[in-house]
Amino acid sequence: MINKSLKQLGQALAAKDISSVELTTLFLDRIARHNPELNAFISVDRDRSLAQARAADARLASASVAQPAAPLTGIPIAQKDLFCTTGWKTTCGSKMLADFVSPYDAAVIAKLRDEAGMVTLGKTNMDEFAMGSSNETSWFGPVKNPWDMAHVSGGSSGGSAAAVAARLAPAATGTDTGGSIRQPAAFCNLTGLKPTYGVVSRYGMIAFASSLDQGGPLATSAEDCALLLNAMSGFDARDSTSLDRPPEDYARALEKPLNGLRIGLPKEFFNDGCEPAVMAAVEAAIAEYRKLGATTVDISLPNSHLAVPAYYVIAPAEASSNLARFDGLRYGYRAPDYDGLDDLYMKTRAQGFGAEVKRRVLIGAYVLSHGYYDAYYLQAQRIRRLIAGDFAAAFTSCDVIIGPTSPTTAFKLGERTADLVKMYLSDIYTIAVNLAGLPAMSIPCGFADGLPTGLQLIGNYFDEARLLNAAHRYQMTTGWHERMPEGI
Amino acid sequence: MSLTLEQVQKIARLARIEISETEAGTTRDHLNGIFQLIEQMQAVDTRGVEPMAHAQEQSQRLRDDIVSEPDCRAACLAIAPETEAGLYLVPKVIE
Amino acid sequence: MKWEVVIGIETHAQLATVSKIFSGAATAFGAEPNTQASVVDLALPGVLPVLNRKAVDCAIRFGLAVGAKVAEKSVFARKNYFYPDLPKGYQISQFELPVVQGGGLTVQVGGGDAAYEKTIRLTRAHLEEDAGKSLHEDFHGKSGIDLNRAGTPLLEIVSEPDMRSSDEAVAYARALHGLVRWIGICDGNMQEGSFRCDANVSVRPVGQAAFGTRREIKNLNSFRFLKEAIDYEVQWQINEIEEGRAIAQATVLFDPDRGETRMMRSKEDAHDYRYFPDPDLLPLVIGADWLERVRGELPELPQQKRERFQRELGLSAYDAATLTASQEVAAYFEATVAVAGAAQAKPCANWVMVDLAARLNKEGRDIANAPVQPAQLGGLIQRIADNTLSNNIAKKVFEALWNGEGATADAVIEQQGLRQITDSGAIEALVDEVLAANPGNVAEFRAGKEKAFNALVGQVMKAAKGKANPQQVNALLKKKLAG
Repeated sequence: MINKSLKQLGQALAAKDISSVELTTLFLDRIARHNPELNAFISVDRDRSLAQARAADARLASASVAQPAAPLTGIPIAQKDLFCTTGWKTTCGSKMLADFVSPYDAAVIAKLRDEAGMVTLGKTNMDEFAMGSSNETSWFGPVKNPWDMAHVSGGSSGGSAAAVAARLAPAATGTDTGGSIRQPAAFCNLTGLKPTYGVVSRYGMIAFASSLDQGGPLATSAEDCALLLNAMSGFDARDSTSLDRPPEDYARALEKPLNGLRIGLPKEFFNDGCEPAVMAAVEAAIAEYRKLGATTVDISLPNSHLAVPAYYVIAPAEASSNLARFDGLRYGYRAPDYDGLDDLYMKTRAQGFGAEVKRRVLIGAYVLSHGYYDAYYLQAQRIRRLIAGDFAAAFTSCDVIIGPTSPTTAFKLGERTADLVKMYLSDIYTIAVNLAGLPAMSIPCGFADGLPTGLQLIGNYFDEARLLNAAHRYQMTTGWHERMPEGI
Repeated sequence: MSLTLEQVQKIARLARIEISETEAGTTRDHLNGIFQLIEQMQAVDTRGVEPMAHAQEQSQRLRDDIVSEPDCRAACLAIAPETEAGLYLVPKVIE
Repeated sequence: MKWEVVIGIETHAQLATVSKIFSGAATAFGAEPNTQASVVDLALPGVLPVLNRKAVDCAIRFGLAVGAKVAEKSVFARKNYFYPDLPKGYQISQFELPVVQGGGLTVQVGGGDAAYEKTIRLTRAHLEEDAGKSLHEDFHGKSGIDLNRAGTPLLEIVSEPDMRSSDEAVAYARALHGLVRWIGICDGNMQEGSFRCDANVSVRPVGQAAFGTRREIKNLNSFRFLKEAIDYEVQWQINEIEEGRAIAQATVLFDPDRGETRMMRSKEDAHDYRYFPDPDLLPLVIGADWLERVRGELPELPQQKRERFQRELGLSAYDAATLTASQEVAAYFEATVAVAGAAQAKPCANWVMVDLAARLNKEGRDIANAPVQPAQLGGLIQRIADNTLSNNIAKKVFEALWNGEGATADAVIEQQGLRQITDSGAIEALVDEVLAANPGNVAEFRAGKEKAFNALVGQVMKAAKGKANPQQVNALLKKKLAG
């Protein structure tokens, strides 16, 4: 059961080969066994999950040919712990929200639980407020990579990635502000999709950088991602940036042959900044695509080297403001000892936030402050437009852009915590996509020294179905995505 | 560009994050490292480029003027650190 | 040295919506604390703002009413600062691109012969959200926070520093208050904080071109306080300068009990608000069709009405301004004229501005609840015009109408026999009678005592029970005494 696709699990549930309670119990037992070591989950609530599973079984029981249950009904899913969830803690990986229970549900939670009928398996570990690339900034401790426990699982959706890679959950949600779905997917041999900005509602998703954040699925295959995106996406009037578009079936084009697909290879992604072993896997994947009928075209994204600098202005600027609400007055952590209101603010935020969050809040406050706004914030926004323009130009000559997801495989725990800039540069290939608001995926494309490598596919706006198609056809012929870590 | 300790304390004050004197030095060094990365932007001539604030060129959607949110006081006060008489309690506000 | 006062005013007008600017919570005044604070208003993690269309409608109405440019594209920005009544740690406002740009307001300053008209230019008006309230009653040495008001829509209206006296400032504030109520975007309730003013005040030697350093007086919630605060502040600033001390830029509060302003914060503590475009809200785009629709819905504006009253009805500027202080007064006046006739516009104006206003004032009623309807007053004024009533008797009839003693002036006149005697034969008979009965007065008059004439008029009116036409009585008496 733990290796079945979501489609197969759905069929098994519909055929009553297994009940949702049985399936959920299976995964809960795996969590109980492996999570103490992996630290992929922050919250698990067996009773609550099983109650949801029973409700799903009731839905399945009352389904008929005329009125079938939603296709994912009864399938468990792990939720990244920044989606507000009633009845569960939503910590955002922070001491600030260590005991926070939201009185309302995020749009994604409500859609997956209430509309799709999926069972919440638990809340997954993450970098604090999604600020990190290794899951080492979590107040709840780092997550270990199931492929090698000495290595990081990636971040910020590191808990979700480790949980799915270790098959503690069939699938998980993640969010991606600068690569937080794609990079952990690459590090853990998973398929992850960051949709076009505005496709998945941000309502109830605790904001890091509002103009970049986007929720999406982490799963073992492109097909699973397509089914999950079908369930997660959709217009939401409560999010002003949610796009009011007709619903689409993201799985509709999965099987389409790739003949004539034009793959753009940006020269900036194929330089010596990438580890040779990773590059070799990417090159092999490109060769595979040619075999599948795709053609390749050399393209250029001339401003891509500016993506990381611009991102480290824009994201902290938005974050510094987004995180101002954590002031110890209405919810969350309040420092135990303080002298007056101002001291309460200063101590609560000093104690409630971890070092990386504080650094980014300070950067943000600085780049927005009087006298620096034009040189930093506006300049970064102008560069953002140049970067978006690069992609627009590239997509006139290709359909999909391909390159590595990350310049390295999963690095060792603790290896980069002292070198922040090196840590930040691990997102060098993923960040530009968020600045432009484009959809992108990471799919498994082989191994280097026993650790997974990821291939990034970037599409034009709303081209998720095409990306999923390209990913699916590749997965039909390669099978990298089916590899599982040993010993779990 | 290089931040001084005084600037670090000033932005920490703006952000309402207490930073001890010993922390301030480390923080300054970290921030200066990050700003070195950021400074790469300054070499780019962006005259005439419209700043991009949003990923999509869309205009603001509007909602009808209808009361749609129910009273959530009980649930919201229940998660607050300190309340009384339906109010959030905070250290004395001096105006 | 002669000093010139320079005043600019920022006004926060609470917009007349039923729900908040960015959430679906109610805006009703006086609810139990925090019962109208939704998860969005409380800034729970993950919540997002969505803009209220009606609030934008109100801003457009205002922009059109003051002849401003309504921006085709405006942007919401975050104003970042920490305060317990500001749950997000930032206020959503507009900064670089406000929805209303420019415009002006023509106001009447003073009354009577000293009255003059002045146009105050507006800098801008922008949409923003209100903050909550800190309650300072003692909760064991702590403050209580009520966030019901957080997220209430405001239009912040910023004037140019065009006012040169507290009287001009009050005239501007009153005209603005009248206008926002007139166009239905704000209830103008100053006690409830729906309309509050901040005054930026500075002084400079007469003839100096550069502005002096200004101090901002915050949160003035009555016209009287506005005047008192400015007058105090101006005198304080002049004293400081004359005693050799420079004015430092500052924000001050007015203490109405002591009639003084006092320092709230100096420029050194001024916030660095770190404004930037709110990434949760997209640019507000107002197309020509929206603008035209709102334009079509706008009532005739006070300025237009004032000009029309002067042009078509021959009213003075002062009368026209008084009668356009509110939609209700203007509507009452126009309905009265509609019955009495345009030729009676001036008496109609006097009755509405003087007699009716005094009577309403005495009972503390507003004009919408006046017991005398415009049609009744118009009918009464008609009877004065056609000599059926003297002004004195008309006041009696008005009183009777007020007390519900008759449905129309004519009915009251009939029932109470108040018709004026205009039959010259009848009046002549009365005159003859009085002359015969008062030979003393007649003799005094003829001896040159003018006062004796008035006594004789009084006697005739008394004999007529006040109903004789006074002009006719005068004329006949003169004729007979001269004869």
